[in-house]
Amino acid sequence: MNKRLLDRSALLALTLAATTALPAFADKASGTLNVAFTKELENVDSYFNSSREGVVLQRAVWDGLIYRDPETNEYVGNLAESWEWVDDTTLEFKLREGVTFHNGEAFNADDVVYTVNFVAKEENGVKTQRNVNWMDSAEKVDDYTVRIKLKQKFPAAIEFLSGPVSMYPNEYYAEAGPSGMGLKPVGTGPYKVVDVVPGQHFVLEANENYHDSPKGQPEIEKIDIRTIPDVNTQMAELFSGSLDLIWQVPADQAEKLGEMGQFTVANESTMRVGYLQMDSAGRSGDTPFTDPLVRKAVNYAINRQELVDALLQGSSKVVYTPCFPSQFGCIQDVTEYEYDPEKAKELLAEAGYPDGFSTEFYAYRDRQYAEAIASYLNAVGIDTDFKMLQYSALRELNMDGEVPLSFQTWGSYSINDASAMVSQFFKHGSLDSTRDEEVLEWLNVADSSTDPDERIEYYTKAIQKIAEEAYWAPMFTYNTNYVFSQDVSYTPTADEVLRFVDMSWN
Amino acid sequence: MLPFILKRLGLALLVAFTVSFISFSLLFLSGDPAAALAGETASGEDIEAIRRIYGFDRPMLVQYGDWLFSALRGDFGESYYFKLPVASLIAERLQVTMTLGVCGILFALLTAVPLGVVAAIRPNSLTDRVALFLSVAGQAMPSFWFGLILIVVFAIQLGLLPPSGAATWRHFIMPTIVLGYYAMPAIMRLTRAGMLDVLGSDYIRTARAKGAGETRVLFKHALRNAIIPVVSLAAVQMGFMLGGSIVVESVFALHGAGYLAWESIARNDLPTVQALILVFSMFYIVFTFLADVLNAWLDPRMRSA
Repeated sequence: MNKRLLDRSALLALTLAATTALPAFADKASGTLNVAFTKELENVDSYFNSSREGVVLQRAVWDGLIYRDPETNEYVGNLAESWEWVDDTTLEFKLREGVTFHNGEAFNADDVVYTVNFVAKEENGVKTQRNVNWMDSAEKVDDYTVRIKLKQKFPAAIEFLSGPVSMYPNEYYAEAGPSGMGLKPVGTGPYKVVDVVPGQHFVLEANENYHDSPKGQPEIEKIDIRTIPDVNTQMAELFSGSLDLIWQVPADQAEKLGEMGQFTVANESTMRVGYLQMDSAGRSGDTPFTDPLVRKAVNYAINRQELVDALLQGSSKVVYTPCFPSQFGCIQDVTEYEYDPEKAKELLAEAGYPDGFSTEFYAYRDRQYAEAIASYLNAVGIDTDFKMLQYSALRELNMDGEVPLSFQTWGSYSINDASAMVSQFFKHGSLDSTRDEEVLEWLNVADSSTDPDERIEYYTKAIQKIAEEAYWAPMFTYNTNYVFSQDVSYTPTADEVLRFVDMSWN
Repeated sequence: MLPFILKRLGLALLVAFTVSFISFSLLFLSGDPAAALAGETASGEDIEAIRRIYGFDRPMLVQYGDWLFSALRGDFGESYYFKLPVASLIAERLQVTMTLGVCGILFALLTAVPLGVVAAIRPNSLTDRVALFLSVAGQAMPSFWFGLILIVVFAIQLGLLPPSGAATWRHFIMPTIVLGYYAMPAIMRLTRAGMLDVLGSDYIRTARAKGAGETRVLFKHALRNAIIPVVSLAAVQMGFMLGGSIVVESVFALHGAGYLAWESIARNDLPTVQALILVFSMFYIVFTFLADVLNAWLDPRMRSA
């Protein structure tokens, strides 16, 4: 299927549709909000999917012990009323009483113990191991007190417990397992699942017995989610009134939809950061990128502001850090490389490449961004042999250290902590193309200290060195568009998670 | 007849398993299933863990043997992606695909054969030209574009049909037209060419000379002979529609087996892809077999072959 043709046809579909401005018939009267997913969700069980759609359902169906307010980024209790560090690797929680799961099972310490012990065990195959593999086990103190033991010091524990780690009913999960949970999910969350057609259709209903949670109470009675892979079809459904909300809408189409005046278009930033990764460790053989002058030249060659203004648009911003600015520890006081092609050429000449050089350049998404980046590089004399690969194929090459230069992006799994990005790529793992000893040491301290000030201090050192040495060329943050019927009231948050509980009818 | 059928069946199974072995090797060579399974957010360590848990670190032949042994017992395993039994997953998606495929091929045959006949009766007439234009347009128009145009006109502007989904029979009208229209030109051209050929032959002249009515000449004598290659073509088209209606399924959000196959390849979901390939190759085999039987019935000369 030719994506580019599809994009062009969207314009046509829109123009035709715009000629007959039909009123949108939302399902306000029936109380059902119709939403589209683009991707087929693999499994509703949140421990066995790794997609954005999965996170959306996870936040609606289940609760964590802790909740992070998406506005203030403050942590408050959800299924736990309070928590404290008993020692560096033990967290003790006082649980909320009187909470029941959607199937009537009462929530207590046994559920926490079962869930933690199940997901922490590698053999059980939780898909995103990083979300759970820092936990060792959990033990019950009494019915409403529980302790979680960590494998080692891990200050981001609170962030993970407020995000991907949700609590499952022990009796039901023991019996149903991940595939049963995927077909008939049971949680404590604001919405209960009443129908699942795997990958295609999900129907949620407001949980009338939802506890007094910081998430708030659900207002919309019913959420009907269908998977519609083609964005044009999603728009057609929106026009015909059979959808009320679509998200992840490409910028050009969102703009057109906004101009029509029948829909609310909201743009919000996401945690995804786009950057150039350079093989500064020289894993791909004899490459110019081992020279810091060359890496700085690359940084100066890119007109980040122009990329943001012309291509990404919306709430995207220029970044110079290898992490998303709101993340804890992601300090912004770093060397900034303003666009300066002349300086880039000088640096290249100084490094011994007065006529530039040529290199392979890889990307896996957003071809038009990659092509724009390539043209900036060409302009200062770096010839690019551009190769577009599937994500998994590029990652394999990258892990084998065969990629000199690539356009990469990272969404941090919406974890609001710098460890989810900097530490992911600079701690000498298989995707680390830098392998700086000092950075590794600093990140080890920052990742495991329980003292927030000390964490900031060491992240600052690491991030400043990464910027100073120009190991990467961080460029911009991503944004996403939400388009919904004017009957719907919703303010999207900066973490790209649709929150049904925050939606209401106008 | 029975030994002949048994022999064909044995051969068919052999073909099916050869196909499955080749596809297994290709999937294995084309990417790392562990990396695909781990998803976009996984780290290198996550991938290693998945590789161990799923046994991807074993030799490929051992893994294929494993799969084959289970498949022979009717166990197609669990989809890596959906974590659900492949058999029930495919059964569900096949309903949509079969409905669409059968409707599509019927639509194609019911429009293309009469058009082909009419075009052949008066070659180079206005009717022939119109039929030619329709077939060229059908061949040239990308099906996703045609699908979108139908959606814009019938779902949005006229509000007569639902834009996408598979909930009622009305949801299938537009996809049927798009899919059928795509298969139509080849069938029509072949019918026309066959009819022209047959109509010029001696036995048609004889039939006319002995005073047979024109309808009888056209349908009893001419079409019955001209349709033979069309039957074979329709069988292949039908196989293609079942496996290859990806674009139509995607535009109309139909979630059939073709779309599942396409997505599963990208996800490196080995068990699902393997089972689908087996099912699709069986379809081709069954349809070509049925076409042979049908042709043998239409043309007694083929029965001895």
